[in-house]
Amino acid sequence: MTLTLPSYPQPDERGRFGRFGGRYVPETLIPALDSLEAAYREAKTDPTFLGELERLLRDFVGRPSGLYLAERLTEHAGGAKIYLKREDQNYTGAHKINNCLAQALLARRMGKRRVIAETGAGQHGVASATAAALLGLDCVVYMGVEDMRRQELNVFRMRLLGAEVIPVTSGTSTLKDATNEAIRDWVTNVRDTFYILGSVVGPHPYPAMVRDFQSVIGEETKWQLKELEGREVPDVIVACVGGGSNAIGIFAPYAYLPEAQRPRLIGTEAAGEGVETGRHAASVAGGRIGVLHGAMMYLLHDHEGQITPPHSISAGLDYPGIGPEHCLYSETGVAEYVPVTDAQAMEGLQLLTRLEGIIPALESAHAIYHAVQLAPTLSPDQIIVVNLSGRGDKDVAEVMRLLAKAEDAPGNVTGPEVLA
Amino acid sequence: MTAPQIAAVPSRGVARIRAAFENARAEGRAAFIPFMTAGYPSAAAFPALADDLLARADVLEVGLPYSDPLGDGPTIQRASEQALADGTSTRGTIELIRELRTRHDTPIVIMTYVNPIYAVGPREFMRLAQEAGVDGLILPDLPPDQDLEIAGLAAEHGLAVTFLIAPTSTPERIKLVAEACTGFVYAVSVTGVTGAREGTALGEVPAMLALARQHTDVPIAVGFGVKDAQTAHEVAMLADGVVVGSAFINAVRDGQDVSALVGRLADGCMR
Ligand SMILES: Cc1ncc(COP(=O)(O)O)c(C=O)c1O
Repeated sequence: MTLTLPSYPQPDERGRFGRFGGRYVPETLIPALDSLEAAYREAKTDPTFLGELERLLRDFVGRPSGLYLAERLTEHAGGAKIYLKREDQNYTGAHKINNCLAQALLARRMGKRRVIAETGAGQHGVASATAAALLGLDCVVYMGVEDMRRQELNVFRMRLLGAEVIPVTSGTSTLKDATNEAIRDWVTNVRDTFYILGSVVGPHPYPAMVRDFQSVIGEETKWQLKELEGREVPDVIVACVGGGSNAIGIFAPYAYLPEAQRPRLIGTEAAGEGVETGRHAASVAGGRIGVLHGAMMYLLHDHEGQITPPHSISAGLDYPGIGPEHCLYSETGVAEYVPVTDAQAMEGLQLLTRLEGIIPALESAHAIYHAVQLAPTLSPDQIIVVNLSGRGDKDVAEVMRLLAKAEDAPGNVTGPEVLA
Repeated sequence: MTAPQIAAVPSRGVARIRAAFENARAEGRAAFIPFMTAGYPSAAAFPALADDLLARADVLEVGLPYSDPLGDGPTIQRASEQALADGTSTRGTIELIRELRTRHDTPIVIMTYVNPIYAVGPREFMRLAQEAGVDGLILPDLPPDQDLEIAGLAAEHGLAVTFLIAPTSTPERIKLVAEACTGFVYAVSVTGVTGAREGTALGEVPAMLALARQHTDVPIAVGFGVKDAQTAHEVAMLADGVVVGSAFINAVRDGQDVSALVGRLADGCMR
């Protein structure tokens, strides 16, 4: 057994990352959160739990995922070397599986036979359904009907895996509403149900626990980069941010280094049609502090505190908040958060596909786009690592629809021209 | 100029709520505490509906609508969506209560989530509520150990604060919550969200109430799932107050006679 789970200095014992985080949930859930926290604390150092998790990450997920030098992309951008951390190589297609397997193991350890999950892009739902099938647990997944339309294939995969997918029609019919429904289910069935939360959001201990489970991404990057380049620390790390789990997974192992040794950490937020249009999901650039789904964080809400509907081309980033640890990173300057629009993400997706033969998830395409913008401002001996959080299989139908629509619209240029 | 005023009113809401429970008890009843979402079914129709509830209420709970009410079931959730769509705002809700105050002396408490309070600013929110004659707050997503600022500011403005206990609460949590409540303790009858249910079981309620009573002498009301005279009566035999919400909203939605339902439920609170 060699797997260890990291111990970071945040959050504090009350589950706060500075002023962010906490536990703003119905009292009914507090004892469940307390026992989850205790069970996690125990499991974290238990060789049986860690051994099983390590075996599954290796033999079932296929870890370590590659750290791949994207030569043609680097050449195209002209500047720093661009490496891709290939979470798209994971079984089920995204980083989500790292966290799901770990939480499902924890559920089994706590004697819970039923797991529930919320999902936007469907990747967390598929990963939860997969973990549940593997461990013989009942699985219910909440998903907004708008996302079910955008991610039809993943809905089918979840059902094939034996999960029950419950369509959510309240609110905006997307991830935030699916999360509300999952929390309502948990409040109701808390005694025998484990809530597998899919990102570094929600009440304590979820943001910390999900981060720890995703830190494998950054920990691997360290030794892989050491082997490839003779150093553990790149100059820049770029990752897309919805709730922020893939980003925290690659940031956290570097974020607590002394400032002089720390790489630039950049999270790309979904700017949708542009932050200025109001049709976006960029909670740092366009939000203010508020409370949603149990935590204090940057949030899209109006002056009365009503949550305003987010928008992103990618269902996985279409969330009005951002994890509390990212909020702290932003406030303290440990990481920067930059908006990337729908159109820019489409450009990033096509670029990576044409140049490297890798179709990224629309979520990850936000990070690709920004890395390509940034590379020419850096020198060829500098290194950017992009967290390629997932593959694009789930998105191809939606991309096909969007490209066809763009071709119909006169004056819109997409496709090969962007590569000229 | 404001400081002496604040000093003069710190327990106003608490005193009024306690008196309402005392009065009900003296009359051989549990306090009857109906709930209605502000601005439902429309801003125009709400005041008359509130009048119907206030005709028998010992305390009225007004829901300040929130877009993401994760402690509520579909009934209250949809009522909130509809009220928001009809333009109900935080200040509008407070205005509705101010208007009710011109006709009624019954204690009125606001039930809402923390985000609308933070968005307005806790101090400003408390000031507005105090001025409009609000007596207290119920905050379903605020466990008392999460935020001491809100409770402190509420007290400063003469408002009572009610937190919730649930069947899953450990003895330590019950102690903590009960000691933090000033107006009354809200005991949730079931693990779950709000909503009128089939066959509400009160199995865990007596033990929960007994534990809570070891730690506080503020009245304890039970809610979630009370839907008819019989369930109201069962709760009234155990608790100091009975909260009824979704049943009224369902009745409004289905065009039933709300006054008659109010009468039946209020009668159900007789011991
Ligand atoms: C491929 C991919 N990347 C990123 C995300 C966003 O999640 P997070 O911000 O938690 O990494 C998702 C969510 O579904 C996803 O599927």
